[in-house]
Amino acid sequence: MSIFGTVRVKNGQYKIKGEFHHITPNMPIRNEEDGWKLMGVTNPRSMTYIHSYGGEAPFFESISQGKILGTRCDDPDCEFKGTSYIPFRIHCPDCLTRNTIVDFTDVCKNTAKVHTFMVCERSGAFNTLDKPIKFINVEFDGISTILMSYLSIGEPKIGMKVVPIFRTVNPSYTITDLSWVKEDVAEEDLPEGFTYG
Amino acid sequence: MIKFSDRQLKTPKLMRPVYLVTAGQSKFDRAMPDKRTEELCVDALTMAARLIDKSPAELKSYIHSCYYGHFADHFGDQLLGEAVIHDRLGLDPLGNIGVKTGGATGGSTLWEAVKAVASGYSDCTLAMGWERMDEVPTDEGNHLISCAADKDWETPLGHIYTGYYAVMAQKYWQVFGKEEESFRRTLAEIAVKHHGYARFNPYAQAPMDITVDDVLNSPVVAYPLRVLDCCLMSVGAACAIICDEDTAMKLTKNTKNKPLRIWVAAGSHTLRPACRRNMEIPLLPNESADQYADLGERFPGGDRYPGFTGFLGARMCAYYGYRMAGVVDPMEDLDVIELHDAFTISDVQSYEDVGLRPYGYGRDYVESGDCYHTNPHTGEPGKLPSNLSGGLIGCMHAVGATGIMQTLEIASHIWGRWGEIHGDPKIWEEFGREKPADWTDLQVKDAKRALAISHAGVGSHVTSTILMDPDHLLKEDA
Repeated sequence: MSIFGTVRVKNGQYKIKGEFHHITPNMPIRNEEDGWKLMGVTNPRSMTYIHSYGGEAPFFESISQGKILGTRCDDPDCEFKGTSYIPFRIHCPDCLTRNTIVDFTDVCKNTAKVHTFMVCERSGAFNTLDKPIKFINVEFDGISTILMSYLSIGEPKIGMKVVPIFRTVNPSYTITDLSWVKEDVAEEDLPEGFTYG
Repeated sequence: MIKFSDRQLKTPKLMRPVYLVTAGQSKFDRAMPDKRTEELCVDALTMAARLIDKSPAELKSYIHSCYYGHFADHFGDQLLGEAVIHDRLGLDPLGNIGVKTGGATGGSTLWEAVKAVASGYSDCTLAMGWERMDEVPTDEGNHLISCAADKDWETPLGHIYTGYYAVMAQKYWQVFGKEEESFRRTLAEIAVKHHGYARFNPYAQAPMDITVDDVLNSPVVAYPLRVLDCCLMSVGAACAIICDEDTAMKLTKNTKNKPLRIWVAAGSHTLRPACRRNMEIPLLPNESADQYADLGERFPGGDRYPGFTGFLGARMCAYYGYRMAGVVDPMEDLDVIELHDAFTISDVQSYEDVGLRPYGYGRDYVESGDCYHTNPHTGEPGKLPSNLSGGLIGCMHAVGATGIMQTLEIASHIWGRWGEIHGDPKIWEEFGREKPADWTDLQVKDAKRALAISHAGVGSHVTSTILMDPDHLLKEDA
């Protein structure tokens, strides 16, 4: 019986266990309008990548714990010292000094507004979000950038106040663990696995 | 706030004049089960040779280095496909390099080929681009394209690139479109125009005789964008031959192709549109700071530049390109253009980024009729016709080839060969496509100067390719 590939880090190296690819037979592609002549072949692929979050790992850990971390340039010599970033930027894009990690959860809870949005009726393969997906781009007071995310409850509108929710139960440790709802939604009405943190 | 230094804003300079000599392309289609990619590239190179009355072997004997545009290895499931194509074209052991900048790959490939000639490294270069998007079904294709977004912060959100443009469409509609239904209809008119022009192009994949209401009633992909607002997924190849003056003259002697001066400039901006920090609008030669001083009052929200309403990368490639080539006002100085209409909304955004209209007024380029071959309001020639090929919406978006296809299209007008290249009944027959009874020659009369914009991501990379008849330059030392 196959098991999902799992990975841990020990002594600075990946230690892998389980199956990271599955072999499926090639199948011929034939032309039904021309005597079923051979035109090509299918090449099935099923494989698991091993991906490092590197310096962004604290953010992806934090959303599973109900927090939103951003970063801020504190380099006294930087022309743009004090600029704050969500999404998380490991380095200041101006001076390239490593930014300070800052807990912006309260800023997000109190000032988040929809900058723009769209409702997506279709998705690409491997999508895990329910359709239609309500994409929202969220702006925050005092933060120089805008965060792309999705609205789980409410009808999006530009300028609408929104509140973050977190997949704290069985998190996926991806950006989909962070979502948003309109104001005043009871915690028991949140999607399965999500809390206000 | 983003700031640029004067050194960063220096006008680029080519070290010697560079010429586009000829170009070619394959048929474009959603799938081509009967051809390997190398066959499409051979088709393109053979056409380029034919346009200057050479055999492929003769043309190849001039090529000194090769630049290959191929965006997505995972679409074709072939890493280093450039080496395969280079070998199959019989161009070993010449130096070659692969270029990939998303949707701008074709334009970026030309950028490299032009610089190689300008520097003196080569006297003749091949810029060849292709894409093979039929090796996966559409859903998987959408996923693969979305992998060109930030894989940790954006791709997991729907795995569909259209969504990343749709948020821009929504914001643009609110800010500059003032949420008017008429603006939505203007967007749809662009799709009608491009599918319509594709009817006269035998290479085009999606010719359609449709109406604005057909576009508005087509299925929603990512509201407000509908299926007919979106570009195609394609298979195909295109190439261009770039030379110094002496080689250009030799190759085109006694042929119908006049060598055309070529300049390519590039700009970029973050792959994540949400990461765009505010900045002042970099001004094109036909703009002044005063005209944008009250932009936020005229269009509330429009003062956050580039925000979700503009493409800084597109603005910067025009900023550099216009100054290189001496373009002051594109509406006056250019005769025909091809824009990167990945979506109807990005077409409108580009009108403003490249200075066809000031920020906030892009829709007027369509509504005035200026963008048409024949202005529907006056019956006279359009002031600056765009995307007569059908563009990415009507003709193709075989990503690595797109910017080169656009360049062939605008060149064909300056060569005065648009009707010949697109009207030859043999080509329609060879491609198994029916030439419409009302086929119309879209040749832009007396075209001398032209522009093609090649654009990637949500504006992550953008190039401007400017062509001019060498007897109609805008500045002597360009």
